[in-house]
Amino acid sequence: MFSYCADPSTLEGLKWLSCYLTTGKHFGFYLSFLTVLGLLAITAPTALAFGFAGAAAARSRIAPVRWIGKTYTAIVRGVPDIAFFLFFVIALDQGFEWLRHKIKCPDWEDPIRQGSDFVVCQAAKLPLSSAPQWLHETYGFFLAVLTFAIVFGAFAANVLFGAMRAVPRAQMETAEAYGMSHRQTFWRILVPQMWVYALPGLSNLWMVLIKATPLLFLLGVEDIVYWARELGGTKNARFTDYPHGDWRIWYFSFLLVFYLAFTRVSEIVLDKIMQRLTHGQATTAGEAQRKAAS
Amino acid sequence: MKKLILATTALAMSASIAAAADVVRMGTEGAYEPWNFVNDKGEIDGFERDLGDELCARAELTCEWVKNDWDSIIPNLVSGNYDTIIAGMSITDEREEVIDFTQAYTPPDPSTYVALSADVDLGSAVVAAQASTIQAAFVAEQGWTLVEFSTPEETVAAVRNGEADAVLADDSFINTVAGMDGLVKLDREEAIGGGVGMGLRESDGELRAKFDAAIQSMKDDGSLNELIAKWQVSSQW
Repeated sequence: MFSYCADPSTLEGLKWLSCYLTTGKHFGFYLSFLTVLGLLAITAPTALAFGFAGAAAARSRIAPVRWIGKTYTAIVRGVPDIAFFLFFVIALDQGFEWLRHKIKCPDWEDPIRQGSDFVVCQAAKLPLSSAPQWLHETYGFFLAVLTFAIVFGAFAANVLFGAMRAVPRAQMETAEAYGMSHRQTFWRILVPQMWVYALPGLSNLWMVLIKATPLLFLLGVEDIVYWARELGGTKNARFTDYPHGDWRIWYFSFLLVFYLAFTRVSEIVLDKIMQRLTHGQATTAGEAQRKAAS
Repeated sequence: MKKLILATTALAMSASIAAAADVVRMGTEGAYEPWNFVNDKGEIDGFERDLGDELCARAELTCEWVKNDWDSIIPNLVSGNYDTIIAGMSITDEREEVIDFTQAYTPPDPSTYVALSADVDLGSAVVAAQASTIQAAFVAEQGWTLVEFSTPEETVAAVRNGEADAVLADDSFINTVAGMDGLVKLDREEAIGGGVGMGLRESDGELRAKFDAAIQSMKDDGSLNELIAKWQVSSQW
């Protein structure tokens, strides 16, 4: 990057470090932080939506919908994440390609499954094999978001289901006494009040989600842990201008600091949200807030 | 969920309008010096990069490089995320059941050990190897204590910090680490593996024939031997 970096073996100290930290490889590392943050930013709301749908379904009055909600939480929570990521993502990808294949190549005669191979026509490939690499990576990223959302959605569904039941029954009865319909009590009484019960569970999930991102590399998305391992590994002078020993401890210490800082910030933000949600609620904390204010 | 699916299909449809020439996607691990690794620029480099680019030029294909974790490298091939595996993968019967290989581009080479002292008794030692490799299978077969790691780098690190007593890997990889930090190569070789070839889907016979022909032409004019010598990956043809 800098002009003096042409021959790093002659450099020393800070100058060497400045060259070392600005190699193309390191930019891949820095970029992966954005990938991880982006993934979290998109996954968290999506997972929450999945969870909300799951919880709402699980307490539905219509039996088949209730079964779907219950099965979703039961099955997904029971399967190990890594199995989910190895199997489910490939299945999901193949599902999309199969749909596209049916639409785009109706005259295709060969079987789609040939032994262990999954063969669809070229036009049905997702993304097309001629697509640039960034599109493949974006697609992998999208699959990752969807998978994370499904897995964490199931946990969130369970948390929200519990939170919905924690809302005092008297509140619902009062609403019904006022003549509110079932839908109205759900949206106006239950949903606004349940968050305060759900938040401790959800904040746990958020913390777990932050730490689950290394699973990304199974999908071909290069995350920070992959790069830390790759950059920190022993580098032989035969293959690099910047030979060094096993520096993984430094890279992983840096990740440790990053994760700790990130969870600390999350804690602070979640505390703020908790305070807001507690406001005016019929809970002990809400009561304390009311007393402090008056 | 429904919206998400709709959104992808819409995205995919719009992307597919620009369908053009066939691109062959080459899958590799990027962590096995000198076969394939990531260089300072963050690009894939090494023997297989040079070899793959040359093969593609000879077969008149447009190729693109893709990095993938070793653990999921075969599942992602058969499900079509890339079209070839070119990652120092030895041709074995077990793998032949799932994928097809081109002819070997490096001859069968022995695997060797590296350890902190030259007099390790392998029978009672802890031997490290990369998971799902011929070396890991070999150690398990011998009934020795095996520890597996997902990357080659970690196997060597395990010996350095005392978690394992020796690493079993391809000779060319062992040569890149032997002599550093007190690591010594053991005076023992294991003749395992049947040469290294490119892995392809069993249904991709046409592409395999193209690469087979390209490898043959590189063998015939000696350019393959030059590449092998340049990167010191194995013995020559």
